[in-house]
Amino acid sequence: MTDDDPGWFERAGANGRGAAAVREGSADRPREWPRLAVERGVVDDESAYYECLREATLTAAREAVAERESADDQQLVHAVRALDDCARTANELTERVTEWAGTQDADAAVDIEYVRELASRTPETPVEEQVGSLAGRVAALDDQQAQLRAYIERTAPEIAPNLAALAGPVLTARLVALAGGLESLAKKPSGTVQVLGAEEALFAHLRGGADPPKHGVIYTHEAVRGTAPEHRGSAARALAGKLTIAARIDHYSGESRPELAADLEERIERIQARDSA
Amino acid sequence: MSEDHEESVLPAGVERRAIGGETGLATRGEPVYGEATDGPWRRWEPGRSKLGALLSRGVETGIAGGETVLYLGAASGTTVSHVADFAGPTYAVEFAPRPTRDLLAVAEARSNLFPLLADARRPERYAHVVEPVDTIVQDVATRGQADVALANRQFLRGNGRLVLAIKSRSEDVTRDPDAVFEDVLDTLGEGYEVLATERLDPQHTDHLGVVARPQ
Repeated sequence: MTDDDPGWFERAGANGRGAAAVREGSADRPREWPRLAVERGVVDDESAYYECLREATLTAAREAVAERESADDQQLVHAVRALDDCARTANELTERVTEWAGTQDADAAVDIEYVRELASRTPETPVEEQVGSLAGRVAALDDQQAQLRAYIERTAPEIAPNLAALAGPVLTARLVALAGGLESLAKKPSGTVQVLGAEEALFAHLRGGADPPKHGVIYTHEAVRGTAPEHRGSAARALAGKLTIAARIDHYSGESRPELAADLEERIERIQARDSA
Repeated sequence: MSEDHEESVLPAGVERRAIGGETGLATRGEPVYGEATDGPWRRWEPGRSKLGALLSRGVETGIAGGETVLYLGAASGTTVSHVADFAGPTYAVEFAPRPTRDLLAVAEARSNLFPLLADARRPERYAHVVEPVDTIVQDVATRGQADVALANRQFLRGNGRLVLAIKSRSEDVTRDPDAVFEDVLDTLGEGYEVLATERLDPQHTDHLGVVARPQ
């Protein structure tokens, strides 16, 4: 019903809901909104219309920016911390419940598939009832972990598209969490990003004696893990440099820069080829 | 190119002026990005703005000044601030929140600039706000730049103009820019007639400026 699409000012009503109407509305096609607003008696003339429009769009954009900017990276931080907590707890409880089950069942194995099977059994004794119930909670924790991972995989590319394209969603979330937010990650020098997550080793080095860490959490990236140990330091430094650039683009401009991934791949290939040369 | 001809293609409200010992385009408005100023005039840096580069090269854009503008990909508002200085009602669409924060400051200093935090690939989310316009300026760094222009054609009046900056690296970083431009212009031909093209190197590497009208 194209002709019935209301302009933002019609949704707004009389009492200053202009910003909400701008943010929530939609239409199939544009129309001569200033003229229509005057014709329908919403405003006296077009200059009054533009004054209302200015107020509504400024407020709408301000609200939307505040929501998307402040909230999203912090949600990602919470999600990845919750993911790690779920994983750690599920592992711990898997050991506990399978050890307990081992007293009853000679085939007990320490893995989540066995735990799920335990949870699905019909208990026949009071001990089996306890073991089965605990196993059910462990399985639920494992499900929660999968859900959190799916959430991170969906939201990280929206919050930091370039970083997620380079590092993958989960590593992106970890880096943002370690830095405390996308803005503080964007402000960190590349050398800091390289050892984020290796603070213990870094401080052991700074206190004297220990070797400096080559990499922190970026160790999980294929560019580091797939490189021979003697070149991992170089690979980690190159990767951290690109990740830092990606984080800065994501925070300050939001523009998508697909050439970063190609640059990185080229650098890593060169580093990995050093031996064969 | 004669001085007279160059002057004739500039929109009213844009002038070539000597500011701080350098002659270049300038508009009248609140300074935005630390550009040189002289009284009410402020320099329009062609290195910071693709539309500025296009105008300073004397390309006929068909923008006269005072018209209604839809600006897609407003970013922090560097270029759109100059557009709002010489145009009429100016609708500025930007998708990323961080640059929109800067755009808000630009809009607050201007009465005819309306910021919209929206995705230029989904025009139905702002068609209830934006009226039909005389000019669309498009500078979006996303894949499918021609599709964005086609999706937004509904906003352009029959005798209006599309002024587009195509960034070849956003389409495909590995391909030759000329081949990318050819493809984008091809797709653009589904809804527009291309009137002029101009490479924007060296100020904007691998960018093509395009002026087109709806057909």
